[in-house]
Amino acid sequence: MSNIKRHTLSVQTANEAGVLSQVSRLFSRKGYNIESLAVGTTDTPKISRITIEVLADDRHAELLCNQLRKLLPVHSVKLLEPTQAIRRQLVLIKVRAATSEVRNEVIQIANIFRGSIIDVCSETLTLSLIGAEEKTDAVETLLKEFGIVELVRTGMIALERGQYTIDENTKEKGEFHYGKHVL
Amino acid sequence: MQLSGANILMECLLEQGVDTVFGYPGGAIMPIYDALYSYSDRIRHILTAHEQGASHAADGYARTTGKVGVCFATSGPGATNLVTGIATAYMDSSPVVFITANVGEDLIGKDSFQEVDIVGISMPITKCNYLVRDVAGLADIVREAFAVARGGRPGPVLIDIIKDVSFATAAYTPLPREEHHIGGRLGALVRRASHDLGAPEPDQGDIDLLAEMIAASEKPLVICGGGVVRGRAEAQLMEFALRIDSPVAITVMGGGGFPGRNPLATGMIGMHGTQASNHAADRCDLLIAVGCRFSDRVGLQFKTFAQNAKIVQIDIDRAEINKNIKTDHHIIGDAGQVLARLNEKLPQMNHTAWKEEVFFFHTETIYDDCADALTPKQVLSAIARILPPHTIVSTDVGQHQMWAIQHFRFDYPGQLLTSGGFGTMGFGLGAAIGAKAAKPNEVVLHITGDGGFRMNCTELATEAHYNLPIITCILNNGTLGMVRQWQSLLFDGRHSETTLDRGPDFVKLAEAYGLHGKRVTCVTELETALQEALTCGTGYVIDCAIDADEMVRPMVRAGGHITEFLVD
Repeated sequence: MSNIKRHTLSVQTANEAGVLSQVSRLFSRKGYNIESLAVGTTDTPKISRITIEVLADDRHAELLCNQLRKLLPVHSVKLLEPTQAIRRQLVLIKVRAATSEVRNEVIQIANIFRGSIIDVCSETLTLSLIGAEEKTDAVETLLKEFGIVELVRTGMIALERGQYTIDENTKEKGEFHYGKHVL
Repeated sequence: MQLSGANILMECLLEQGVDTVFGYPGGAIMPIYDALYSYSDRIRHILTAHEQGASHAADGYARTTGKVGVCFATSGPGATNLVTGIATAYMDSSPVVFITANVGEDLIGKDSFQEVDIVGISMPITKCNYLVRDVAGLADIVREAFAVARGGRPGPVLIDIIKDVSFATAAYTPLPREEHHIGGRLGALVRRASHDLGAPEPDQGDIDLLAEMIAASEKPLVICGGGVVRGRAEAQLMEFALRIDSPVAITVMGGGGFPGRNPLATGMIGMHGTQASNHAADRCDLLIAVGCRFSDRVGLQFKTFAQNAKIVQIDIDRAEINKNIKTDHHIIGDAGQVLARLNEKLPQMNHTAWKEEVFFFHTETIYDDCADALTPKQVLSAIARILPPHTIVSTDVGQHQMWAIQHFRFDYPGQLLTSGGFGTMGFGLGAAIGAKAAKPNEVVLHITGDGGFRMNCTELATEAHYNLPIITCILNNGTLGMVRQWQSLLFDGRHSETTLDRGPDFVKLAEAYGLHGKRVTCVTELETALQEALTCGTGYVIDCAIDADEMVRPMVRAGGHITEFLVD
């Protein structure tokens, strides 16, 4: 496969048991590794929103979307254009900081990147940071020299820029099929 | 009214017009079978020898009638025995609702006796599945399940019902099927889908574009796929083919979607396709695939398939477009609807020169006769001479399947029952039982090989008990023929574990089950046996001895170019 790049899929689903395993199963079944996955309910508690990042070429990303649309609990799927989407993830980093000099340096780095210190003890500092990978990777690199004790990411979440939403009536969505002959 | 979950299930089956259920009882499903006892005057239950047989029978019933088949099984091994049958139905888009029971709520998740997560297991092989833990939602789920199984591209659905749910009671309000889509889960689904769909009609712009492409084409080829059969679009396809005067190639799943004896039919396409079909695919300038997903057994070498043509795909399932073959144009919609709309726009065309080019090639394989032994061709010709043309044919998988499909020119959808996608050996007898149960007045022929027949021949007990006189014809070459053929051609003749030189004596086996049978070695004996089979009133097993080295021809190697025949 050529032109493999990172694609961001936004998936709106019913908030039911088993939906996440159905969605994630589809990726492994079709031979794709999920790079990042984030799930949570929306403003409507019955509806969940899943953001998935996957490495694929354009054609296969489109095929994956079509397969996702076939799942009954999936309400809508949108492939987000990187330039038209806001992508963010939360990273928590626990870094070794046993001396006041190190603590000061880590705090400065956190301030520069608009992160915040959320836990302190005599041995470590824990900071939280929100951003896309350029920012979080940069901080990770800077903090490595002090010694990262633990690091955890939420997985990327994304929204389309501007007024458009996942519910907007596009042709792509028009081809999600059930209504015909359903009875 | 207040009813138990098991009774609600029965009422819901009646709402759907279900009159026949195939299945096998067990511990967890006992309350459901207890309810069935009271409904036995309205719902006929056919008890098979094995759950797999029940799954294929429900599938065969669905394929023959076009209605939704229903299959019951208990928890644990009962449920897992269905898995092959569910996958078979899924790969061939056959609408079947599988109903399993699971252990009680207090035992779920504790590795209890006969507990298995069948919802998890069946996830990749069903359109959707349900674990019912609350009796209040049962009717709603059953209604949705049937609608999903038959809606759009049909397929299997599984409902796993916790034992407590069948005991517990809830209010049940009868609702005719026409009103199911108004409220409840199905209502929400339809509203959502119709919102998403915009219009359920195929896109007129797409249809206009295809009409233009057809007008510009000098060498069109139509592929009749399984979608024509499932959508019962044979009339629209016939008009379409006559109008554009195009040859029609038929896939395995498309058998019966276009009459095989029509002068426009080029026969089967793909790995064992005819010279005419495969060369037409290579030479055409416009290929219109109707309800065909270009499986690897049809497309073979995806990069060079129909390399001189613009490829157009008509399919009800958006996810099939561009999946295997990159197409130049597509129309999403039901085959019959799309073709009907197209036919309105098409003038009568004439492609005589192109047809001459295509029909210069053979539309059938020339097999030699053999004086001192039966050949598959002689067996199939005798069958075609003696059995009525309307005969329903079910097959297992392998050489006999390809020979039967090459030889019988199927006339109508539902006439051929074969596991095309999943290639399930042992499918045929169960499917034949389902077909005979659905259409007792039709002659049902089950063509099989000795390997495939041995896999599920216990279902002869079902055939005998319910007096479903099926004619089983075993093309017995004492080998696992198709694998042996590949070994002969591709593995230097190293016939590893494909010699099936073992019993039983199939005639004695048939007799042991209370059926009739005969072993035949020449055409005359075979003709006598077929006559007897038609009149004896019970199932009949004909064991035809054929040569082990007879091959299915022509053959293109897997992944090879469609006209590079390994054997002609």
